[in-house]
Amino acid sequence: MSSKNLDTLYRQVIMDHYKNPRNKGILEDGSLTINMNNPTCGDRIQLTMKVEDGKVTDSKFEGEGCSISMSSASMMTQAIKGKNIDDALKLSKIFSDMMLGKEYDDNIDLGDIEALQGVSQFPARIKCATLAWKAMEKGLNENNQ
Amino acid sequence: MNSREIRELFPILNQEVNGNPLVYLDSAATSQKPVQVIEALDRYYREYNSNVHRGVHTLGTRATDGYEGAREKVRKFINAKSIEEVIFTRGTTTSLNTVAASYGRANLSEGDEIVISYMEHHSNIIPWQQVAKATGATLKYLPLQEDGTISIEDARQTITSNTKIVSIMQVSNVLGVINPIKEIAQIAHQHGAIMVVDGAQSAPHVKVDVQDLDCDFFAFSGHKMCGPTGIGVLYGKKQLLENMEPIEFGGEMIDFVGLYESTWKELPWKFEGGTPIIAGAIGLGAAIDFLQEIGLENIEAHEHKLAAYALEKMSAIEGMTIYGPMDSAKRAGVVTFNLSDVHPHDVATVLDAEGIAVRAGHHCAQPLMKWLKVSATARASFYLYNTEDEIDKLVQGLVKTKEYFSDVF
Repeated sequence: MSSKNLDTLYRQVIMDHYKNPRNKGILEDGSLTINMNNPTCGDRIQLTMKVEDGKVTDSKFEGEGCSISMSSASMMTQAIKGKNIDDALKLSKIFSDMMLGKEYDDNIDLGDIEALQGVSQFPARIKCATLAWKAMEKGLNENNQ
Repeated sequence: MNSREIRELFPILNQEVNGNPLVYLDSAATSQKPVQVIEALDRYYREYNSNVHRGVHTLGTRATDGYEGAREKVRKFINAKSIEEVIFTRGTTTSLNTVAASYGRANLSEGDEIVISYMEHHSNIIPWQQVAKATGATLKYLPLQEDGTISIEDARQTITSNTKIVSIMQVSNVLGVINPIKEIAQIAHQHGAIMVVDGAQSAPHVKVDVQDLDCDFFAFSGHKMCGPTGIGVLYGKKQLLENMEPIEFGGEMIDFVGLYESTWKELPWKFEGGTPIIAGAIGLGAAIDFLQEIGLENIEAHEHKLAAYALEKMSAIEGMTIYGPMDSAKRAGVVTFNLSDVHPHDVATVLDAEGIAVRAGHHCAQPLMKWLKVSATARASFYLYNTEDEIDKLVQGLVKTKEYFSDVF
């Protein structure tokens, strides 16, 4: 197609999360709710997380946006379930480093998230991928205070 | 008009992006610059950079002549009566904010109305929201027709004797529609309201005559019309500007400064506090010379032809939704669309891989996106250097985009 290989961006697993998002919806009662949007492009997410005893026990999201932002949200909610707050925030740091093309701790099994690595080669799309993660960080940091 | 020859004057267009010749279809965001403008900026900085209106020295005089010469070019370009009516600003946003903050705050009070439309750019919405909050005035929206146009009948209904300000864009940056400004201005004036025009998308593309439109204020930006970024214009009728207070205070704009009181320079300088945008104004002057040499009527006709061609070719793609009127006579060179269920960012990324630059997002028009019931759209916008060949490439790119996403799904 061109020197910029689209297939490194639109990996099968990403498109699968986009078409069949995991954890779509809203958690009611006593959950953390974070609304975040990307004002430059109109993507928005509502993230809900249930935190019990320092652990994320459940998480769901609603929102609208492109394949990258929505698949990233789907993967993120999947990944943080069952993690304690510190581990979830640590994962977010790894994800951020991965997006910026920095060295990151690859001892942790990232599962589906690894597929988003290609986004780092498309600078215009990094903000799409990080939206859900920023929402998660904001929610957990506020909860920690 | 020969767009192939014109392209030669735009050095940036002669490059490959992602292995393909650049197809730049984002001029509604910012236009590219011809060598004439680039050289004018270069010459200013190399040969006569100096501050204006103060130096007795030779370079100061040359810089002042360049800066004030550009003002006269702008005056002619929009057919203002005098240079007193031409204020240099940072761009359309600053121009509109100046009207809202100066004229708006001084002339509005509770019970008064400001009328804008659903298609406005954020820069013609938020200044009015702010001035409405500060003064207690009410902000009212002109509705849109099904095809995104404004009807004169609706304007008659919405503008009332309580209306003090009507502010409408002349050409929509999303729908491409050309609004009946002259008629709306007449209605506004019948009710004693003033007419403000956001000309950001019209001044680059159609012949603007502020006296013929009979608008009270007209705002536009240099960078969308082949000029540099950071320079724009606020035109205002002299008798209105004379009675308005500046919103920025400092050097350049003063007459006498005392310990506790100061007085302002005469028009237009009382609105130009601080060292002005000298290079920007000179660059804008060069852009105006360039556009006028080609002829605005030729540019308009060329874009019109491109829009008609794009509407025809793009609407033939299955799953294509085009926003705004399908009648090309009602629109300028802007085509906003969505392609089946592929998100506009994804459309823009695939097109970018083909070297084609389009805009994706809400185009600084969130209320309009809401009205269209979409969260985002993609937009191709054309200018004098674009060709039918490039629209063919866009169409091919869109077909590829569709195929690509139907494969991965």
